[in-house]
Amino acid sequence: MPMVKIPPVLRPSVGGKNEVDIDGSTVGEVLNGLAERYPDTGDQLLSSEGELNRYVNVYVNDEDVRVQNGLETEVGQTDTVVILPAMAGGV
Amino acid sequence: MRTGQQLIKEARSRVEELDPAEVKDVLDHASGNGSAESAPVILDVREQQEYEQGHLPGAVHVPRGHLETRIENAVPDRSQRVIAYCSTQNRSALAAQTMQELGYEDVEVMTGGFTLWRDRGYPFETPRKLTDEQKERYSRHLLIPEVGIDGQQKLLDAKVLLVGAGGLGSPSALYLAAAGVGTLGIVDDDVVDLTNLQRQVIHNSERVGEPKVESARKTIEALNPDVEVVAHQTRVNADNVLDLVRGYDVIVDGADNFPTRYLLNDAAVRERKPVVHASILGFDGQLTVFVPYEGPCYRCLYPQPPPADLAPSCGANGVLGVLPGIMGLLQANETIKLIIGRGEPLVGRLLLFEALSTQFTELKVRRDAEGCPVCGDGVDLAETEFEDYEALCAAAG
Repeated sequence: MPMVKIPPVLRPSVGGKNEVDIDGSTVGEVLNGLAERYPDTGDQLLSSEGELNRYVNVYVNDEDVRVQNGLETEVGQTDTVVILPAMAGGV
Repeated sequence: MRTGQQLIKEARSRVEELDPAEVKDVLDHASGNGSAESAPVILDVREQQEYEQGHLPGAVHVPRGHLETRIENAVPDRSQRVIAYCSTQNRSALAAQTMQELGYEDVEVMTGGFTLWRDRGYPFETPRKLTDEQKERYSRHLLIPEVGIDGQQKLLDAKVLLVGAGGLGSPSALYLAAAGVGTLGIVDDDVVDLTNLQRQVIHNSERVGEPKVESARKTIEALNPDVEVVAHQTRVNADNVLDLVRGYDVIVDGADNFPTRYLLNDAAVRERKPVVHASILGFDGQLTVFVPYEGPCYRCLYPQPPPADLAPSCGANGVLGVLPGIMGLLQANETIKLIIGRGEPLVGRLLLFEALSTQFTELKVRRDAEGCPVCGDGVDLAETEFEDYEALCAAAG
């Protein structure tokens, strides 16, 4: 099952975990699966039209899904999906 | 028993010799075609003092007495063509023989050595000298061929701007100062607070209430008198950002907010200055290097700032004290690599660090030549007014 790496800002929405296993064969299926299990994550990742929010980057393994097929990008059973919003902190 | 002369004669009989005119042709050709790969290594095996009085342009220096211990670092590829020289050709012939015994396949010797080279009027370089104190202070750098005297000189000549004298800026400023970066500009308008001292190690308890730039200056001046600290006690804003960025070779971004990071990015792209970027939150850090037009910029990576509930600050959410230490030192590492021109800078690669699991993850980041409003093809920044970034980020929130 694909493993999803959760960024610090979303961890409170998934019970504090930094990784969760979510079934799915595309990025869209995995993110929707995540939103079904942890409803608080849905609004943060996907727009009301179901598109990936522009301020969130999603990678399958090490490659940005935007340079692949976006939410249609295929995800293998052993792949890692990295969710990455920008962080500003420096203090 | 053989005499020293016999030993040298035997060594010379086993290596190919090149006339200085041939070596000059090789050097001219290498500099002319711009290809570093085909250029042979010119190896100077004389003593330090001789090297300092003049050497062939671009020569790698490994004194013969240190050959066995240092040559593998200086020339890791044993199939690389090497042309060795000394003051005549005796020491270089012995050095070449030793290198052959170590498995180097293509070592030649320049006849007549540096003496004949100089007498023919061929060009040579005289390295700028470090003082005796500098030689001692930076001795551990001078021992690494990747830095050496040339690299140390580049560090001493370098001007680095640190944006923020906080969690990230503290460790990078300390280590860049220790490394001998000649000019360190520090921008920060804040004063030292007791809550800073859990991680901002350039400050101390006695400096609570002092401007951070002045506190940082005191620490750096006590650590290394070679470093000139330029204190900019201000916030980076649209009016001062270009002047700030222009005066420096490398920008180290340790800012704590999105408006500053976007503004800094846009000015750095306009002035074609590399930015060594890190950000932190909680137990997590991100690091990358933005070299304008060679790789992506901050807006290629993050075209839009996230809304406020997805972008908490360390002040609101906390940060493990050692995390900015780790990330700030990784920034210092990238900065030094950019200055001395060695290694593989983290361009087009985003490094994530998770302190709780002690995991590093590397992601690919590409320049958005079609869509980036700042470094995209056809965008002329000279004609562009900087945006009101505070409003941009507020709108996102």
